[in-house]
Amino acid sequence: MSKIVKLKKGFDLKLVGKAPLELIQVAAATTFAIKPTDFPGIQRPKVLVNEGDTVKAGTPILLDKAMDQVIYASPVSGEIVEIKRGDKRKLLEIKILADSSVSHLKVGALDLGQDRATLAEKLAASGVWPNIIQRPFGIVANPADSPKAIFVSGFDTHPLAAEVPFILQGEGRYFQAGIDALAKLTTGKVHLNVDGAKQVDEVFAGIKNAQVNQFSGPHPAGNVGTQIHHLDPINKGDIAWTVSAYGVSQIGKFVLEGIYDASKVIALTGSEMSQKGYVKTYTGANVSSFLGGIAQPETLRIISGNVLTGEKIEKDGYLGFYHNQVTVIPEGKYEEFLGWLKPSASKLSFHKALGMFSFLKGGEFKVDTNNHGEERPFVVSGVFEKVMPMDILPTYLFKAIVTEDFDEMEELGLYEVIEEDVALCEFVDPSKNELQNLVRHGIELLMYN
Amino acid sequence: MKLLQNLFDGMKPNFEKGGKWEKFHTLYEGHRTIAFAPDLITKSKGAQIKDATDLKRVMITVVIALIPALLFGILNIGHQHFIATGEGGAFLDKAIFGALSVLPILIVSYAVGLATEFTFCVIRNHPISEGYLVTGMLIALVMPPFIPLWQVALATIFAVVIGKEVFGGTGMNILNVAMTARAFLYFAYPAQISGDLVWTSSELWSSLADKPALDGFSGATALAVAYNSSIDGTPVVEALTTHNAAFGADYSFMSMFMGWIPGSIGETSTLMALVGAVILVATGVASWKIIVGGFGGAYIMGLVMNAFAGEGMDVNQFMAMPAHYHLVMGGLAFGVVFMATDPVSAAQTELGKWIYGILIGVLTVIIRVTNPAYPEGIMLAVLFMNVVAPLIDHYVVKANKTRRLQRATV
Repeated sequence: MSKIVKLKKGFDLKLVGKAPLELIQVAAATTFAIKPTDFPGIQRPKVLVNEGDTVKAGTPILLDKAMDQVIYASPVSGEIVEIKRGDKRKLLEIKILADSSVSHLKVGALDLGQDRATLAEKLAASGVWPNIIQRPFGIVANPADSPKAIFVSGFDTHPLAAEVPFILQGEGRYFQAGIDALAKLTTGKVHLNVDGAKQVDEVFAGIKNAQVNQFSGPHPAGNVGTQIHHLDPINKGDIAWTVSAYGVSQIGKFVLEGIYDASKVIALTGSEMSQKGYVKTYTGANVSSFLGGIAQPETLRIISGNVLTGEKIEKDGYLGFYHNQVTVIPEGKYEEFLGWLKPSASKLSFHKALGMFSFLKGGEFKVDTNNHGEERPFVVSGVFEKVMPMDILPTYLFKAIVTEDFDEMEELGLYEVIEEDVALCEFVDPSKNELQNLVRHGIELLMYN
Repeated sequence: MKLLQNLFDGMKPNFEKGGKWEKFHTLYEGHRTIAFAPDLITKSKGAQIKDATDLKRVMITVVIALIPALLFGILNIGHQHFIATGEGGAFLDKAIFGALSVLPILIVSYAVGLATEFTFCVIRNHPISEGYLVTGMLIALVMPPFIPLWQVALATIFAVVIGKEVFGGTGMNILNVAMTARAFLYFAYPAQISGDLVWTSSELWSSLADKPALDGFSGATALAVAYNSSIDGTPVVEALTTHNAAFGADYSFMSMFMGWIPGSIGETSTLMALVGAVILVATGVASWKIIVGGFGGAYIMGLVMNAFAGEGMDVNQFMAMPAHYHLVMGGLAFGVVFMATDPVSAAQTELGKWIYGILIGVLTVIIRVTNPAYPEGIMLAVLFMNVVAPLIDHYVVKANKTRRLQRATV
């Protein structure tokens, strides 16, 4: 039975710099990178190629020795130009210089009639597997597990996020094939959760083999963590998987055509992005060619992903594996005279405290990276609860992690959240704590102890 | 503003590592961030943008909400004084007299409190927190107008050190800091903080204008009048009216609601507390659940008391006082709006806030009516519920955990 869930709690950040729904022409990216740091679960990364090797799209270039059946593949064909390591030889980036036309490693279409284990094994070896994320913990799934259900969010409510139906245009056939494959991998159902406030999009209409649920409400209604909580929550010992809509269609393409196709449509957004719109590129693209025409990039923050959960990258940095958006906003490194007291309607705030009139002003806000205050202990209560549409007590959960109380962390629901689920809490927190880091710290405590 | 920025920049090297005042770095930062919102930027991972509201803004909102109570308190002190001396003072006279009594208390509270706070911040190398902005004002407003200043200083130090810093500073305290200050004086120097004589006499004014209070004048608070009536058996409302006729202070319901009665500086006016409540609730800074629960709990408990005070029952007259009188007498309104809602010492779960608020109201009335030693109940009720709040939260949190566990079995 499909479910209709209407959420009230949350907050939509309406920002300047939305990408218009059209593909624009920019210079194509020529280098691409796989960053092991994009995958929080990787414990012992091992590079399978050397500098100077030539690879095809789909050639394995990385694996995690702790789970070596899953490979991480090259998104494009070309030459490995650099294996970048940081302090203590920590692996940071494997850079690939792309050929002018991408040639794929072909392994042949996948027969979905095979048994589950073989299917999982073949997907794990193909390069598409890292799209499958395990909950709890938000790490790449283990092919040996049988999840109780698989969840796919068909819309993204993050600020300035790419429109999922737009980036999946014309991929309907692959999307269905991906759903079919996932349905074989779970003992339960595949849930496809679509935006309940809109007409069901063409790419999702008539989808078989999945339960289609409708979610509506402010962000984080589109977060798969929120959706799981309302459909089939994760308890201690449970394992569920999540896949992004893009990931599903990538898996589907592998099933139907036997190739790892890392091409993706990404959104170029943010108030300072010179050319806003959608471009077609590949996973891990170097972003510098998308930023053409931006003057003084050092005064700007270039973000792989969205402003709530994304990551700062350099102007010649690389798009994160799971990201389909580049956002550019101003850096906020300035002092403001009595900035904590001045009334303002143009500063974005969830609160209505003295002089904060943004709630009266409609429309879109221009934001920068100013921290708007120093870090403080938790003082104000009841704020996190207003942006957390789950039956979870965020303040108590955070305090349990701070005090490293394992029982409390488990009992208060750390199995149900990852970073993106508390990103709004981090945004609205008047005490400016780093709550996403805190949650990852708690998850690591639970995972490795 | 460049000038001020340059001034700070010029001092900065002294406070940095290796500078001669390195130890006082936190003071430098504290003052600079008051003048200028800091130029910190978000970290490279996690939320790249942050909400424009910080703790300073939240705290200053509470201070603004307290201003109506402060201004009215200043005026009322002058008003009470001129009733006591039997002459009619002009508005300006009242305001000046009130300001002369209140401002020294306010200054001592802030100066001593901040000095204590700064000392701890330097010793512990903590950033200076903005919590004392509110506490300093609250401590002044719960003092009687003619309290010796050294007592204000002593109470402030006690409250900041024992009430807050020993627990780890702002955000960690168990008890409301301002209530701790008042409770300290209440038990250490009862003569100066309660009784009939502390509300309207003023050596200050006497020396300035050479006009002592009228002989035999009693500036008893409404609660004291009510308490006395419970001993001699007159109905409370009647006793209040009699007192009114004898001394000129108007103890009618409306007058008490407005706040033209003797009492601590900021507590007398229910109206001003409600104005503050509107500010706090509209800005989302205080929990409306605690405020509504507090007033509701007191009213309901008043009705319960009334029910047990029917004909032929041998009970004290205080019990028979109309329940709505409880809401305008003493410091209930001030305490419920400004003290009970302190987010650190209050219950922190949403259901817990209801329970916490209601119990504060209920307890206040019980203490007032049934306890001969303490005419005012709100202080003890808030402090007691501060202690109980974590227990309330514990059960609300436990219910949340249980829901999660039960989910697993189905």
